[in-house]
Amino acid sequence: MSLTMDEPTLVTTRPLLTARDVSKAYGPVQALRGVSATVYPGEVLGIVGESGSGKSTFLRALNLEETPDTGSYTLDLPDVQGNLFDLDRYARRMLCATRIGIVYQNPHLGLLMSHSSSGNVAERLLVAGERRFAVLRDKAQRALEASEFPTERMDAPPAELSGGMQQRVQLAKAIALEPALLLLDEPTTGLDVSVQALVLDTLKRLQQERRITMVIVSHDLGVIRTLSDRVMVMRRGEVVEQGLADQVFQDPQHAYTQQLVHAKL
Amino acid sequence: MTLQSLTRAWEPMSYGFLDASAKREIRRKMLKAIAVPGCQVPYASREVPMARGWGTGGLQISCTLINPRTRIKVIDQGADDSVNAASIRKFLARVSGAPTTNDALEADLIQSRHRVPEEVLREDQVLVLQVPNPEPLRPVQPNMSIARQMHADADYGRMWLQLYEQIVRSGRVMQGASYPSLVNGRFVMTPSPIPRWDVPKLHMARHLTILSAGREKRLHVVPPFTRVEPLVFDDVPYRVEDHGGLTCQRSGARGYFMNEIPQDDGSSIHEVSDSDLGVKTIRRREGEAVAIGATWYENGEMTS
Ligand SMILES: Nc1ncnc2c1ncn2[C@@H]1O[C@H](COP(=O)(O)OP(=O)(O)OP(=O)(O)O)[C@@H](O)[C@H]1O
Ligand SMILES: [Mg+2]
Repeated sequence: MSLTMDEPTLVTTRPLLTARDVSKAYGPVQALRGVSATVYPGEVLGIVGESGSGKSTFLRALNLEETPDTGSYTLDLPDVQGNLFDLDRYARRMLCATRIGIVYQNPHLGLLMSHSSSGNVAERLLVAGERRFAVLRDKAQRALEASEFPTERMDAPPAELSGGMQQRVQLAKAIALEPALLLLDEPTTGLDVSVQALVLDTLKRLQQERRITMVIVSHDLGVIRTLSDRVMVMRRGEVVEQGLADQVFQDPQHAYTQQLVHAKL
Repeated sequence: MTLQSLTRAWEPMSYGFLDASAKREIRRKMLKAIAVPGCQVPYASREVPMARGWGTGGLQISCTLINPRTRIKVIDQGADDSVNAASIRKFLARVSGAPTTNDALEADLIQSRHRVPEEVLREDQVLVLQVPNPEPLRPVQPNMSIARQMHADADYGRMWLQLYEQIVRSGRVMQGASYPSLVNGRFVMTPSPIPRWDVPKLHMARHLTILSAGREKRLHVVPPFTRVEPLVFDDVPYRVEDHGGLTCQRSGARGYFMNEIPQDDGSSIHEVSDSDLGVKTIRRREGEAVAIGATWYENGEMTS
């Protein structure tokens, strides 16, 4: 069983993201039990697991929305030091606003539905201090283009858009500031199969062109397989298996993973 | 020993309607607000003999600052003679013995609803503005506890987003009165609903401005010589109302903020929105030697 993730796959360098022993309980529910993960720059880490296994909770912790009971989290970035779970509210907000992008499963969590789509993207730039209207327009448009959003609709509110388009607005917002880390929580769930494929293509292209470090959560093994360099399998708040994607899919070690992979085949 | 020898004879010992402890609290809160320009400071807004929403916030500040030698002026949307302005003026005079005036140059204390006088105020003058809603973040954050955190973090991205949205939708910033403005580079405030025209008058002004909301129980302050900068994009300039070219039908005053008075035939005439400036202009035209102070605007342009 390969539980170590310390060997880099793509580049020989220090990991960008290191999370150690992250635990979180909600009352009697132990949502995370000592979850550790390492992600190297430019890599995609896929997290799979059944419903309720703690995938979203872990992702929210990485986005500093959730403070775990124990554990540490570091990002190897200039000006970013120490255990990020110890940062105060202001420092968290600034870090997330400028260095981490997130796409939520539910667009309502990530978007202002009655503002314009371009405004949703522009908000990230505004928080980072951009005060030139023309530059805001231009950068918002370019981020939307990169997410393959039809830019003639850039001022339409997400409330008037389809689910796939809403996910693209979220994606544009997440990449507008060239984040060091992109977190994706079930970005294709709830979309019909053809739209799902389009969103996946966009993510793949972004990954290839920009080499953005990503953590993607899905209960869909196909999605994880298409995008990930490494895979982490979670069950009841625990990591039952992790390793290179090809290894895990071709030669699953843990009984639960075997079950998952075979159910898929 | 008689009761007489043990007690002092009754004499009036307080003025300004509020009791001494209420005034002391408001003084302390004003000092705090002066120390942190633009920051909303809560205070225990007292009952005054006037309904909430009619200027009780401003009235409590005036009652606290007033003494029998304070010369007071009260204006309501630029007019000294509206029922509301006249009643507040009478009330303040009655409870303090203070003299009153309509002339902005003579006043020590000016309580105003929604306007800053057109004549430049001096270091020794205090302007008290009545504020209905002191929270600039309310349109973007209805939860006041979160709004306070946002102020603490200077988290004003959503305010900027509002402006962005207005330009995208309407081609320009639609915000009229209450234009959100950054005070001393730190706190965004709502400058009560004064028109955009009046906001630049607060920037680096010589006088002290106290903005007080009685119903919301909060006050904030623009101290003298403090920066007040409307939130604007670098490439979309701040624009005041287009009143520079209008002439007052009654006084002939020109280049000031005007009230529009619709006529039966569908047209409009305009009257200068600072009623005493209008009166002084008429008196001067009729040959009286009246002093009209320097004004913030001349021919519709800011002077300094
Ligand atoms: N805010 C919360 N309050 C209470 N319990 C929570 C909260 N968030 C998550 N949980 C619980 O923690 C556990 C893990 O939830 P989480 O959302 O992380 O699972 P998940 O793997 O993302 O599931 P899904 O695939 O359904 O999205 C669940 O039992 C859930 O009920
Ligand atoms: Mg989830």
